[in-house]
Amino acid sequence: MQQSGKKILLNGLLNENPIFVLFLGMCPTLATTTSAINGLSMGLATFFVLFGSNVVVSILKNIIPDKVRIPAYVIVIATFVTVAEMLIHAYFPVIYESLGIFIPLIVVNCLILGRAEVFAAKNTVFRSALDGLGMGLGFTFALTLLGTIRELLGTGKVFGTIIFPDHYGAIIFVLAPGAFIVLGYLIAVVNKVRSRVS
Amino acid sequence: MKKLESNFINMVLVLTGIAIFAAVTIGSVYSLTKAPIEKTLRDKQQEAIRAVLPPYDHYDSKPVEMNNGVETTKVYKAYDKNNVLVGAAVESSSNNGYKGHIDIIVGFNKKGVIVNYLVLDQNETPGLGSRMVDWFKTDNARQNIIGKNATVAHLNVSADGGEIDAITAATISSRAFLFAVRNAYFEFKANTDMQVNDTKNEAEDALQQEDDSASTSINLK
Repeated sequence: MQQSGKKILLNGLLNENPIFVLFLGMCPTLATTTSAINGLSMGLATFFVLFGSNVVVSILKNIIPDKVRIPAYVIVIATFVTVAEMLIHAYFPVIYESLGIFIPLIVVNCLILGRAEVFAAKNTVFRSALDGLGMGLGFTFALTLLGTIRELLGTGKVFGTIIFPDHYGAIIFVLAPGAFIVLGYLIAVVNKVRSRVS
Repeated sequence: MKKLESNFINMVLVLTGIAIFAAVTIGSVYSLTKAPIEKTLRDKQQEAIRAVLPPYDHYDSKPVEMNNGVETTKVYKAYDKNNVLVGAAVESSSNNGYKGHIDIIVGFNKKGVIVNYLVLDQNETPGLGSRMVDWFKTDNARQNIIGKNATVAHLNVSADGGEIDAITAATISSRAFLFAVRNAYFEFKANTDMQVNDTKNEAEDALQQEDDSASTSINLK
């Protein structure tokens, strides 16, 4: 009953999209998507960590004794997060400023530990890499979409480009309640699309 | 390959091994990114100082630091070719923003006129308090603090009897911002006292000039 590689990849994008279907990692999702660029950069940072930790956990899965697997996974994940944080700080200072505390908090994003435990610990390196790729892209896509919609409705801009003057924007979409409202509608749309497809 | 058994020795060895590997990785990335990170921070600071100062030839890269127990203020004095003080950039802060700390840098010419300001760090509500980044530069007499002479202007929100309109729906952020501006002026004055009280005519000339250069710097923004 092995899934094909293509299926694993597509799983993360739609059928098991971490945000719209699995509801994993909601905290950074709601907090950082105040603009499209913030959503995109948070998505990419998480993508990097998820992909790296999936591969490494899968490589190490046989030498890690079962009883200490969680601490071992957490060390691997924390290492990737710290590396990502330093790289972003060094080469993308603007993104580092806008994401702030949420970069180190990727460590506790349950999506990453979840995929390590559920998928990478039981599958080959190649398949884990595919899973990391699919889930990472799905997460990035969802965050970017959420950020774009919130930025457009809240401030009239998309990626900083003005679409309509910002006094027509409803500021609530940039604030926390707007995150829940937009996420709710997006989940409804995705559910509709999934039921059509299947 | 069979999974390692969960006995004490295996667990200790594996965890130690992974931790050492993680430490080495982080250490090497740290040394790799140390220089770029420091350069980024330094560039950012220099750029900010440059952006808020009146026309100058050089400035003291070592600031006069003042600490009143709560806020640290840094005064970077700037000079012209003949080593005469032309103004200063003052890094100042307030802990009373809507979401805590606000860090700004304000430039004054030697008469105490605000040349420009930049918000270096803030966590105010996006779309409300965070508009301080350009709100107080907007070309509107009751909003704009640029070109105002801090010696005479009453830099406070109008709700508190001042002459500056607060950001719509973000009075707390505006108060904190203007507090930091006043604080910056206070330290500026304390550190450059001799220069502030000059003859009246000269003062007006300089004021006029600075007004021009201040408005060009707004346009550049």
